[in-house]
Amino acid sequence: MKARVTVTLKTGILDPQGKAIEGALKSLGVDGVASVRQGKVFDIELAGADKAKAEAALQDAADKLLANTVIENYRVELL
Amino acid sequence: MKAAILVFPGINRERDMARALKLISGHEPVMVWHAETSLPAGTDLVVVPGGFSYGDYLRCGAIAARAPVMDAVRDYAAKGGLVLGVCNGFQILCESGLLPGILMRNAGLKFICKDVHLRVERSDTPFTRGYNAGQVIRVPVAHGEGNYAADAETVKRLEGEGRVLYRYCSADGSIDDISNINGAAQSIAGIVNDKGNVLGMMPHPENHVEDIMGCTDGRGLFAGLVQHLDMAA
Repeated sequence: MKARVTVTLKTGILDPQGKAIEGALKSLGVDGVASVRQGKVFDIELAGADKAKAEAALQDAADKLLANTVIENYRVELL
Repeated sequence: MKAAILVFPGINRERDMARALKLISGHEPVMVWHAETSLPAGTDLVVVPGGFSYGDYLRCGAIAARAPVMDAVRDYAAKGGLVLGVCNGFQILCESGLLPGILMRNAGLKFICKDVHLRVERSDTPFTRGYNAGQVIRVPVAHGEGNYAADAETVKRLEGEGRVLYRYCSADGSIDDISNINGAAQSIAGIVNDKGNVLGMMPHPENHVEDIMGCTDGRGLFAGLVQHLDMAA
């Protein structure tokens, strides 16, 4: 089973990397970019087949390590 | 002073720290590998040194914070043992939950490597005993993610409880935006936990302890710890 955990910065948290990318896109002449926020994607391959278990394990992984919930939100998806 | 210095893969400031501790306390510290599950008996001080543990992957300090040795450090800290985290060590202490908040990327985007001034906010703690309250010291920083952040309530609590021990300041001790090199909340450079036995700070006091380094302002921190332990003994 494949899963994806997406980690994004919470609204209002300063994202200098996103800002730098935003500036670079503008200087490349990419039109219509209002703002950029950068995040992280974790593609995870799971050995079991139990969806509920997998979801719980991924929540646990995100809470413990993948995201720092002081500044980040995360989303767990089973693909 | 029997100090234990934690060693994680990728870390590179542990020998600077060992040198400073030996110089000031007269005792050779013990290096403790990250996979250990206990600390040496009779440890007086645990140091989490700086320097890119695990390549700073994921978030600086996040992977190190989950290393087996950190459970032993948590137990040790819960019993009141002294813990000092410097730079990446501060990040590890925050990620491990021993200190509140997180270190974010420097507001100016750049990695900063230079001497800064710090104002010592109080002198009645084990980590500041070697200084006077309000004293300005000069120590180096070298970090890309040193911008201390926490929710407003946490920052207010840190301030109210006098838990900000070191703050970025100008040479004359004033707190302003220019001397706040990385954009940290309230110009925070170093904080302690609620019990006052765990300090995390971004600057490197261990790199200003000998004349050959051009400055010895960092000595006070270590000398104060030695003094504190002597008094407790």
